[in-house]
Amino acid sequence: MAEWCAVTGIGQTKHGARRGDVSIAGLVREAATRALEDAEMTWRDIEAMVIGKAPDMFEGVMMPELYLADALGAVGKPIIRVHTAGSVGGSTAVVATHLIHSGVHERVLTLAFEKQSESDTMWALSSRLPFAPPIVAGAGGYFAPHVRAYIRRSGAPAHVGMEVAVKDRLNALRNPYAHLHMEGINLEMVAASPMLWDPIRYLEACPSSDGACAMVLTNEANAGRAPKPPAWVLGTAMRSEPVMAYGRDQVNPQAGRDCAADVYREAGITNPRKDIDVAEIYVPFSWYEPMWLENLGFASQNEGWKLVDDGVTAFAGEMPINPSGGVLSSNPIGASGMLRFAEAAMQVRGQAGEHQINDAKVALGHAYGGGSQYFAMWVVGSEKP
Amino acid sequence: MRDVAVVSFAQSTSFAPDPLRNEVELLLPVMNEAVERSGIPKKEIGFTVSGSCDYLAGAPFSFVSALDAVGAWPPIIESHVEMDGAWALYEAWVRLQVSDIDSALVYAFGKSSIGDTNEILTLQHDPYYVAPLWPDPVSIAALQARALLESDGYSESDLANIVARSHKSAMSNSSAQRTSETSVEQLLSAPYTVSPLREHDCPPVSDGAAAVVLATGDLARRISERPAWIAGIDHRIDSHSLGARDLTSSPSAALAARNAGANQGPVDVAELHAQFSHEELILRRAIGLDNGTAFNPSGGPLCANPIMATGLIRIGEAASRIMDGSASRAVAHASSGPCLQQNLVCVLEARDG
Amino acid sequence: MTEPRTEPVRKIRTPIRLDYTMTAGEAQSRFLRQIANRKIFGQRCPECEKVYVPPRGSCPTCGIATRDEVELADQGTVTTFCIVNIPFAGAAVEVPYVCASVLLDGADITLFHLVQEVPVDEVRMGMRVEAVWVPPEERGPTLESIKHFRPTGEPDAPYDAYKDRM
Repeated sequence: MAEWCAVTGIGQTKHGARRGDVSIAGLVREAATRALEDAEMTWRDIEAMVIGKAPDMFEGVMMPELYLADALGAVGKPIIRVHTAGSVGGSTAVVATHLIHSGVHERVLTLAFEKQSESDTMWALSSRLPFAPPIVAGAGGYFAPHVRAYIRRSGAPAHVGMEVAVKDRLNALRNPYAHLHMEGINLEMVAASPMLWDPIRYLEACPSSDGACAMVLTNEANAGRAPKPPAWVLGTAMRSEPVMAYGRDQVNPQAGRDCAADVYREAGITNPRKDIDVAEIYVPFSWYEPMWLENLGFASQNEGWKLVDDGVTAFAGEMPINPSGGVLSSNPIGASGMLRFAEAAMQVRGQAGEHQINDAKVALGHAYGGGSQYFAMWVVGSEKP
Repeated sequence: MRDVAVVSFAQSTSFAPDPLRNEVELLLPVMNEAVERSGIPKKEIGFTVSGSCDYLAGAPFSFVSALDAVGAWPPIIESHVEMDGAWALYEAWVRLQVSDIDSALVYAFGKSSIGDTNEILTLQHDPYYVAPLWPDPVSIAALQARALLESDGYSESDLANIVARSHKSAMSNSSAQRTSETSVEQLLSAPYTVSPLREHDCPPVSDGAAAVVLATGDLARRISERPAWIAGIDHRIDSHSLGARDLTSSPSAALAARNAGANQGPVDVAELHAQFSHEELILRRAIGLDNGTAFNPSGGPLCANPIMATGLIRIGEAASRIMDGSASRAVAHASSGPCLQQNLVCVLEARDG
Repeated sequence: MTEPRTEPVRKIRTPIRLDYTMTAGEAQSRFLRQIANRKIFGQRCPECEKVYVPPRGSCPTCGIATRDEVELADQGTVTTFCIVNIPFAGAAVEVPYVCASVLLDGADITLFHLVQEVPVDEVRMGMRVEAVWVPPEERGPTLESIKHFRPTGEPDAPYDAYKDRM
């Protein structure tokens, strides 16, 4: 009989291009202390830690859980570091929930971070491997061809990507922690921005950010003592598929569909459009919003772009997506997945401030990584069923 | 807690540096052997998790290509830690406690030969104060060895004894890289690498992989004649700052051992992740093991050290002693970070019925 | 006498350089040696019979060793592509350039390579392309022995022919 898992504290840093005011330890502590304060807990209350981040080349520190043991109050405690590429922020949270569901621990701190300004992100993502020409220019260079394939497959009009770019940056204006605050952003500005990897424009791409996100997860008994309403974890799932394999559909990956099916089943969701009030999904390049809407079952195949075009996913729309501003507004790579999970939890706890969606009771957090091959998701709710 | 057991283990047949095969090619036969030995069809295994390290591999996202060896189609439930496979096994054990999944495949791999681990491992240190000094792992270990020899009445002979015993035991381990029948005198006559450590007090440079299959309760009993049950498993970490702790002891190893219940019965076999000979002395004391225990019958990391798999192999070797009937109760230990900063202890036992 | 520092030290620069000798692996080595001979060999999985190029040593869907070698033509179809406009250190060619997924005839997965000798805005999904090899004296065991792909001038492949292999 699995224990219920609740989110009783959430914290994040102000995300920015370069947090020159804090060391790596300072960055993670900013998020962690905010999460502890939110839960009205101290370091002493935490029994175990699960941290996650993307490749260590982003900071130049190998296995940073070792260096951070003291900063995270982990001395004498178990600490694990998860690494599943871009989905890591999400899978880290999922691994942390297992510690609670299993009864192994009662109060766990989970944290994800990236301090990309310490190293060179473009270099770390375009690693020069031998035996092949250096042609894939960063993450966008990998994903742009799949965006092109989606546009072709779905017949979507060219402006849909730009609509997502504008929507997410407008949402970010309501989020004090977001990296990008683009006042006055509109379609013309996006259209005028340089084409980076055709068909992806500069303003349709995520920034490179320093940032961290932390959550306190507890069992039911501890949630009962928490000062603020918890977010209940109704379901979690993780799925992976190979990067290069015959039969892969990189536009609508099977692993994403399977992961969604798993988490919906566990959370009792039969109609995502109806049962989910708000979703925070991992959109690093604007076109991934319509693509993931299809992959997640919010729209049928080739129809995802219509939800965007019709304003369904806007802040005031019927199915708001990324009210926080999403990855397009803040992208500390290792933390981005956890930010999606945390923002979903913030929505159902009613603590999203200016970017709160009214009456959000059930929310989806989604993360993906690698060559669209790693997926981690959770569904959180304001009520325990 | 659900009962979880190791039902199979496989490791590379040779850990010598391999200029021909890449990580996936080293992993594939090992993984397939572990799966075959488990008797569970690969596609039926419920959860897969691995341990490996990008800086060791010299590339970001280096664990991604390893998925090719798994055959992750249709998509699988899978995870990865940027740590020794022993921690991947811990994640699998936790995952199996949540009752929807009954089996897990754990694997780990690394090629220490492709880079210079004496340089790479310096990056584990505090990036602002320590790493810029490029403190190589041998020198750091030697600091601890010196502290131990000066304070605790141990001598260099004690180190040499551990080396001699390890090399001799390794002769019956066909996978071991270093084996010999040297005497303590011969070992002590070798020159220092970094005093007080000699080359044989340090681990070899190894390439290789390991895989373990875990199964729960009824499934384990059905497929294995003598599963190695995990009676307890725990891991803890000490302060990162080498100046902030007593290097002659390992509080996190002691705590992990206590929480795992290491001393709740006789320990027939202990497989310890002691990459340097002096570390075994510290760990014996921390875990509370005496001469009634057989230490590192595999030869241990002094005889083969495929970084990122070495800890998982300790668990696999200890489990193998249970599974082959030569032990009833075993302790396996894994370590991470400079001077035994982080430690995992896994207690394995045979059970009747 | 120098003035004492009054400003806080906000950052330090710590260059890191590590050298690695990467192992191509047996499967990739066989492939690369043939590339040096101006030949492209994929490997077929004995179970699912799909042909992988460059070969990966293990079939990603079946998790078993792929050993059967299959010679492939050095021409194929662009299944999808992007136009790169960002210069980056160490890039093979100047921007803008086309980075494409090319499905070689006979292969079941695509490989990434450059498409050149055509204006970037004329590259299309479905375009038929052929490899342009470097001169014999420059060829070696690396995919850089293929300088780039260029259009063959044949009619585009129909969408259905490649839509499942993008």
